[in-house]
Amino acid sequence: MEDRPLSLVARDLRKSFRRDAKETVEALGGISLTVRKGTLTALVGPDGAGKTTLLRLASGLILPDSGSLTVVGLDVAEKPQAVQDRIGYMPQRFGLYEDLSVQENLDLYADLNGVSPAERRTVYPRLFEMTQLGPFKDRPAGKLSGGMKQKLGLACTLVRAPELLLLDEPTVGVDPLSRRELWEIVFKLIREDGLSVVVATSYLDEAERCEHAVLMHAGEILAEGPPAEITAKADGCCFLVKGPEGVPARSLQARLFALPGVVDAVPEAGRVRIVRRPDRLEEPLTLEGLQLETEPTGARFEDAFMMLFDSVAGERDHTSPAPLAASPENAADGTVVEVRDLVRKFGDFTAVDHVTFSVRRGEVYGLLGPNGAGKSTTFRMLCGLLPATAGTLRVAGNDLLKAGAKARERLGYVAQKFSLYGQLTVGENLEFFASAYGLRGNRKKERIATLTAAFELERFRDLPSGQLPGGFRQRLALAAALLHEPDILFLDEATSGADPLARRQFWGRITALSEQGVTVIVTTHFMEEAEYCDRVIILDAGRNLAEGTPVEIRERAVSGKTAPSMEEAFIAIVERERAKRTEKAA
Amino acid sequence: MIVSLLRILTLIRKELLVLLKDPKSRASLILPPILQCLIFGYAATYDLNSVPYALVDQDRSAASIALVAKLEGSGIFRREGTFARMTEAVPQLDARRALLIVVIGNGFERNLETGVPAPVQVIADGRNSNTSGIAQSYAGAIIGDFAAAWRAERGFPAAGVTVSTRAWFNPQLETRWSMIPSLIGTITMMMTMMLTAMSVAREREEGTFDQLLVAPFTPTEIMIGKAVPSMIVGITQASAVLLVALFWFKIPFAGSFFTLYAGLALFLAAAIGFGLFLSSLAGNMQQAMILAFVFLMPFMLLSGLMSPTENMPAVLQYLTMINPLTYAIRITRVVYLEGGRFAELLPDMLALVAIAAVTMPFAAWMFRHRLN
Amino acid sequence: MSAPRTMAGGFAGLLRRTRALIRKETRQLLRDFSSIAIGIVMPVTLLVLFGYGINLDVRNVPVAVLMEDDSAPARGVAAAFELSPYFSTQRVRTMNDAERMLMAGDVRAIVRIPSDFARSIDLGAADVQLIINGADANTARISLGYAQGAVATWAAKEAERTGNAGAAGGIAVEPRLWFNEANDSSYFLVPGLIVLVMTLIGALLTALVMAREWERGTFEALFVTPVRSAEILLGKTVPYFVLGLIGLALCVVGSKLLFGVPLRGSLVILTLVSMLYLLVALGLGLVISSATKSQFVASQVTVLVTFLPAMMLSGFMYDPRSMPLAVQAITYVFPARYFVTLLQTLFLSGNNWSVILPNAAVLAGMAAALLALAVRLTRKRIA
Repeated sequence: MEDRPLSLVARDLRKSFRRDAKETVEALGGISLTVRKGTLTALVGPDGAGKTTLLRLASGLILPDSGSLTVVGLDVAEKPQAVQDRIGYMPQRFGLYEDLSVQENLDLYADLNGVSPAERRTVYPRLFEMTQLGPFKDRPAGKLSGGMKQKLGLACTLVRAPELLLLDEPTVGVDPLSRRELWEIVFKLIREDGLSVVVATSYLDEAERCEHAVLMHAGEILAEGPPAEITAKADGCCFLVKGPEGVPARSLQARLFALPGVVDAVPEAGRVRIVRRPDRLEEPLTLEGLQLETEPTGARFEDAFMMLFDSVAGERDHTSPAPLAASPENAADGTVVEVRDLVRKFGDFTAVDHVTFSVRRGEVYGLLGPNGAGKSTTFRMLCGLLPATAGTLRVAGNDLLKAGAKARERLGYVAQKFSLYGQLTVGENLEFFASAYGLRGNRKKERIATLTAAFELERFRDLPSGQLPGGFRQRLALAAALLHEPDILFLDEATSGADPLARRQFWGRITALSEQGVTVIVTTHFMEEAEYCDRVIILDAGRNLAEGTPVEIRERAVSGKTAPSMEEAFIAIVERERAKRTEKAA
Repeated sequence: MIVSLLRILTLIRKELLVLLKDPKSRASLILPPILQCLIFGYAATYDLNSVPYALVDQDRSAASIALVAKLEGSGIFRREGTFARMTEAVPQLDARRALLIVVIGNGFERNLETGVPAPVQVIADGRNSNTSGIAQSYAGAIIGDFAAAWRAERGFPAAGVTVSTRAWFNPQLETRWSMIPSLIGTITMMMTMMLTAMSVAREREEGTFDQLLVAPFTPTEIMIGKAVPSMIVGITQASAVLLVALFWFKIPFAGSFFTLYAGLALFLAAAIGFGLFLSSLAGNMQQAMILAFVFLMPFMLLSGLMSPTENMPAVLQYLTMINPLTYAIRITRVVYLEGGRFAELLPDMLALVAIAAVTMPFAAWMFRHRLN
Repeated sequence: MSAPRTMAGGFAGLLRRTRALIRKETRQLLRDFSSIAIGIVMPVTLLVLFGYGINLDVRNVPVAVLMEDDSAPARGVAAAFELSPYFSTQRVRTMNDAERMLMAGDVRAIVRIPSDFARSIDLGAADVQLIINGADANTARISLGYAQGAVATWAAKEAERTGNAGAAGGIAVEPRLWFNEANDSSYFLVPGLIVLVMTLIGALLTALVMAREWERGTFEALFVTPVRSAEILLGKTVPYFVLGLIGLALCVVGSKLLFGVPLRGSLVILTLVSMLYLLVALGLGLVISSATKSQFVASQVTVLVTFLPAMMLSGFMYDPRSMPLAVQAITYVFPARYFVTLLQTLFLSGNNWSVILPNAAVLAGMAAALLALAVRLTRKRIA
């Protein structure tokens, strides 16, 4: 393995960016890295770690300040075109031509990359099968759902097999089924074509499958090596904890996560998985004076990741949220959101097909489903951004399309695509949205200060929000939606592209909100996040496939194998229903 | 009510921040009006001050030499050359070195003395018929004066009837005087219409418009929040142009500033209404920009800026009635040059109110109904 | 293993990639109603407006005629105004009435025939007063000329009638207009129209579509392919070049069919110089968008440096010879100036090489410089 030729060699690579006139920000502070041919290397790290900068340097889109970078044997700074002729690159925001159809976008990249008609005959069916974009060949790319756009971007990058493939967060917003298929393609390219791949990702299960993982933090490499080696660092520190009856897993998780000796906590199948600091394993685990039972469990890459970052991230906020209380079941009487027989058609295409569900006050409700299942369309109808073709919609008793401005005052909305004012600074955006929702004077100042601190946005206060790193944009969008303490919160893939740490904090906040009686409706492609929900609904092709608590959903999917993960359960249910449909059709 | 007002203020503040934050966009708001005003002020003139001409003097008499001296003494006509024959002078005209050929015919002096009309041909380059016509009329006037003086000196009876002219409001009939006040409306219309149409299109393109629709803003509030900043920009631009007119070109202001600004505010409301109307048709910035142009050109042509509206065919005259610029140009000229009073201009002001009253509510309605 | 082929593939690769980019750009162009609006709807609208609406020839000027004298000569002068196609007259009784109408904008001028008119005629020095509203100086000046003409014509007839030949004036000025005998303003507006259409399509549309790619981030993925920046530029220019030529064809055919505007020069030369100007406009659009990278700013800059000069400083509306020297010098910076000269010559004068060659040479030089600059500016780099 050591004698394999090198696809990428970086030596003491540095890059800083000028932000405004005065301040320069160091994005990479002397990185040295080698990538061997035929391997899959994952770059992981929190937002702002320098992953995107590294990939852009490697593709010759920006020039390093110092250090050397050789890609496929060529100096990138000297011969960027020669490198670009031989590599493939998928940027974080793949700019598709929205007025061109799926097929036309693909053809364009095939033409530019010199893919012959014969090659296309074999490559296209494979790509369409993988991305499930076949039925949408003639649809303009602008009319695809977010995840479908991402898949099309990847398909455009994969029309040819380059020597080195650079992928920047390729699966952000992509559903679990497609994600699995997408990785199968990548693995196949590595296996059969000897392709080398460098991928920046915030899905740690993806990093786990790589041969080589590089953990980056603040422009430096924190650790690198085979994922198994890294995972081993968390061996013996992982436990499953069961809480008192009637307490939602997320409430327990939030409190456990706030404990000083706990590095990480996530809900898992009604229990909470925690990672304890190695030096504090001996201490008993107590919560509010109650000793909790712990059951040891195997370490995962994510556990090690969290542990490594805990060591450099500095002191986390360990102030515990409000005391643990049973889920306010009795208080949750009122139905806040009610959807009955909702239908939405775009021409002949039915995006939402007789969907019915209701959400009670204080519930965290998840809309799950593959890309194009109709989640965003349902969301836009709920928020009054799109009229329904048929059916009834009630949000706090109103149809928001027709109701006055007042009805929207208690609503928070985070769109799938970053949609704050890019030219305005972080502070100005927050200021605007605070005033928009009627906050004034001290209360406004106080809320802005609270959220700026909570989302760690202080250092970006005066930066135009368009220049924020991806994950921080997400935080800002959420902060803006929370300023007025809404009663109902709509989050459309609010965590896509956010790093694992940010996601924990995000869900901590959602948990706290729901305990205060805020109703949260959320869509997500991180299936482990569904574990935070009280109930979820799974949609596919506009239809309701299953609804229930995460535990119920898992039970539905059980087929011999014990305890499927949420992701496995999701895939099983969607595939089973799809098979039924094709049977019926045949 | 108060809450609604506060929300509108929030929108206005945001809009002004977006507009004024970026130095490039800030510069693009204030420099172009001033530059345009200067360029138009100097360029848009029919007052010829240098006309190159070719002379064909077939007479070569004392009288013909005196005529040429008179022509050139005016300071306007500049001789490019003297030629014996027509055929030699023609290339001067073809190559645009001369705008006119003045041909003084054989027997010019003799004819003058005997009272037979003496022929002088003034041939003009009709490629720009406008300029040529003016140059010809200058030449005609000078030659006429010459003839009268020549005959008077020699005791011939004076020419019969003269026309004595007095021009009100613009005694020297300077094009610039009528041009610059009209520019106050024209320039601000161009800028504000594009600005408004593009700012809504930009929000649609960037997804922030959805965010506004989800927030507790009513469509009317959003519309006012878009219109007022454009109005502020428009008034500022108009004032800049006005300052250039007053202090750079030194054109005397005859009317009341109150009437002028009242008219401008109403005009801007109508122009911005059109901009908002266009933005509801456009899906992205490119479309907004191009639509603005497709509408602006006819607006400018049918406004009376370049040619009087009363000469247009009836169909087009109706179109001029829905054109806010027609009213703006009338109002600015009447107030600036003629010192017209508010009451006189009431019909024009009401017409502007009517245009805004149609376009603005339509745009507000479209905000919500142009979904998907 | 299909990897390291000769991706760049020399000339064949260049052709293939450029063709793909042109196809892409053409599709986008055809799908956007705004390109059709600017390429086809606008030229046709402007053509109609220029042909029927914008008439710089003044007719039917409303005037008030005040007769303080009721003699035969006075009536004759009044009749001269009333019969003239240039004026539409109405009689008024008092100067007060007349002034009120002038103030109110009901009339543009007052023709006052003083009470001693007939007596003065006999003395050989009569005077007709013309009081004109100078707020629209251009119309005023033209009306003034017509008024003098009307009076002079009457005087000449009168002199002929009374057998006092030559009394009306000793010199017969014979004005003649070459190249535009009909004195029809659409003759000289058509070349201007072509300039406007070409400028908008070439510079504005190109600047916008290019800036849009920067803004939407579509270039990031495109850059990391074997595509060369020159190919991207070529892909951008060709479709708009064709659209510009369609606009040209519409203008030429329309002006000929609708208004009978002659094309005295050769169509081939007209097409060639238009192509040159299109290249200049496209180059400007590309340079502006590469420098600003924002649709909003690019549009503002483009209007300022291409469209306005094309309208104001090109000699289409206003003759540069009337401008102050400094402004005249500035007009030479803008390509539209050369193009308008070429168009006016080709349409109304003919293949006049002494005009065509130098102007075309300047355009060619500008095109080369701008396109070279565009290639330099469009580096495959982000931020």
